[in-house]
Amino acid sequence: MGWAISVHGGAGDIPLSLPPEKRLPREAGLRRCLDVGIAALKAHNHPLDVVELVVRELENNPHFNAGKGSVLTTSGTVEMEACIMDGKTMKCGAVSGVSTVVNAISLARLVMDKTPHIYLAFDGAEAFAREQGLETVEMSHFITPENIERLKQAQEADRVQLDYTQPIQKEVPKDAALADGDSQIGTVGCVAVDNEGNLATATSTGGIVNKMVGRIGDTPIIGAGTYANHLCAVSATGRGEAIIRGTIARDVAAVMEFKGLSLKEAAAYVIDQVPRGNAGLVAVSSTGEVAMPFNTTGMFRACATEDGYSEIAIWDSPTK
Amino acid sequence: MGGWAIAVHGGAGVDPILPNERQEEAKRLLTRCLDIGISALRSNLSAIDVVELVVRELETDPLFNSGRGSALTEKGTVEMEASIMDGPKRRCGAVSGLTTVKNPISLARLVMDKTPHSYLGFAGAEEFARKQGVELVDNEYFITEDNVGMLKLAKEANSILFDYRIPTLTTCGGGAAMENQLQMNGLPISLYAPETVGCVVVDKQGHCAAATSTGGLMNKMTGRIGDSPLIGSGTYACDLVAVSCTGEGEAIIRSTLAREVAAVMEYKGLNLHEAVDYVIKTRLDEGKAGLIAVSKNGEVACGFNTTGMFRGCATEDGFLEVGVW
Repeated sequence: MGWAISVHGGAGDIPLSLPPEKRLPREAGLRRCLDVGIAALKAHNHPLDVVELVVRELENNPHFNAGKGSVLTTSGTVEMEACIMDGKTMKCGAVSGVSTVVNAISLARLVMDKTPHIYLAFDGAEAFAREQGLETVEMSHFITPENIERLKQAQEADRVQLDYTQPIQKEVPKDAALADGDSQIGTVGCVAVDNEGNLATATSTGGIVNKMVGRIGDTPIIGAGTYANHLCAVSATGRGEAIIRGTIARDVAAVMEFKGLSLKEAAAYVIDQVPRGNAGLVAVSSTGEVAMPFNTTGMFRACATEDGYSEIAIWDSPTK
Repeated sequence: MGGWAIAVHGGAGVDPILPNERQEEAKRLLTRCLDIGISALRSNLSAIDVVELVVRELETDPLFNSGRGSALTEKGTVEMEASIMDGPKRRCGAVSGLTTVKNPISLARLVMDKTPHSYLGFAGAEEFARKQGVELVDNEYFITEDNVGMLKLAKEANSILFDYRIPTLTTCGGGAAMENQLQMNGLPISLYAPETVGCVVVDKQGHCAAATSTGGLMNKMTGRIGDSPLIGSGTYACDLVAVSCTGEGEAIIRSTLAREVAAVMEYKGLNLHEAVDYVIKTRLDEGKAGLIAVSKNGEVACGFNTTGMFRGCATEDGFLEVGVW
């Protein structure tokens, strides 16, 4: 046993030629968030507080697709979503369509703690945020020049493709890496377990570039992008539609329970079932194991365990 | 074994003192929907078309809590949600926060068929509906007198119950409004209106599909999303099975109920009946819910841990049953 923590900053077609000015700030961001999480665990904070804290850090970092730095909808706006779950109590909270709340993950936490509901969205979520006195800002706060550029490129690429009135094959991932070498996919997440086996998970995202206004992805859907129970805590990233249909996060726990696989085996098994190039996840088990499998080119990730092991990586072995 | 099968539901959690007349009305509607589905199956429509057709019928009828007849938000408005899933390839579509779309399940189908996404909500979903030219009506169309009355009572009950999370067991000071102690989601069962609707079908080709639609929880906060539009919670379909759930939304989400049935079949090798039984008995804890399911082999099953569930099912070999308790 012992505590363990894992963090991700998105899985996708991250090219090996990613220039240092794009790679270094993200590695530094992951390192910083990992340290924040480790310190919190060492100080005996509950994993639920730890994952919220770490995801807040990632949301505030403009290099990741969550909070500030969120990708843009087809209208050039920001619609963020987030989700948090406690493995022991199975309590959870989720939000979607958030455009002015600085930390969507904290809003999700409040939905869990302060309402009889699990999931609030759009105007209702925004109104609740104000009632609760959460920090809100103009939407422009979240928009970065890089994302304006990403949207422009995505819309140009789209003009060559089909328009929305034609049936689209969802199975084929259509996110070609953009000219500047950045993957369009991204989400942030954190999973943690303390040395008593308490588990928690949190995920937050701006969604996918050029998404239809009102599009909801896998992140706020319990069992798809986010899930925790007494066995493990999982946070997934990748193409939302594939993660939803594969109920990825739930399946890791189900495979552990029903097939008796270890966390690493279960996580690898589940990712293997998803078409290549579509998903990755981070997970920790109640006994302090960590798994970070992905079937995309890369996944920004980091982890640490109480026995001193720690790692920060982008590419390398796809199924760990 | 083999052949088509269909099940429909109009909600789990029935007031034990529901007047006979209401029970008969419900059974008539369920029978009518079953007939529509059976007819469609005999005409070789695919599972995905049949579930949409049947749920449209349930949405249009004001009796249950979907489409017209939806439960009301705390503001007295209607916000509807729905999801649909096609077993082969597990394609899915979902919508939430609809206020003018006459048939939410059909919009969910369009999300699945006509967009690169799986789920659209609120203003974005309404905009998509407009662009697709689906039938739109005023929000008032969905509001029934019955539900306006229920909302008023629900608000009164809530002010007596003060905090739904505090278990109100035997001694409850509510007096007249609390004749029977049965509660779901913190409301007396007579006011809860958990009558989400759903349909699951396996067609002659062995393809499964599921669809669920609802107005949600009576007196809910605006923007509240329940289990019905969440794939894996209220709705799920894969090669093996199709499931539609109803009851306490939060409990269904926490237990990812619909996916659970499929997961135990897939990973533990249980058959449909064993799976439904197992999931209802062990996965709900304090939560109250029910579900209907069909397997690719033409079997049909329902399970619930509530006092009743409005349901109907039929199989190709002539089995047909409509029930409340």
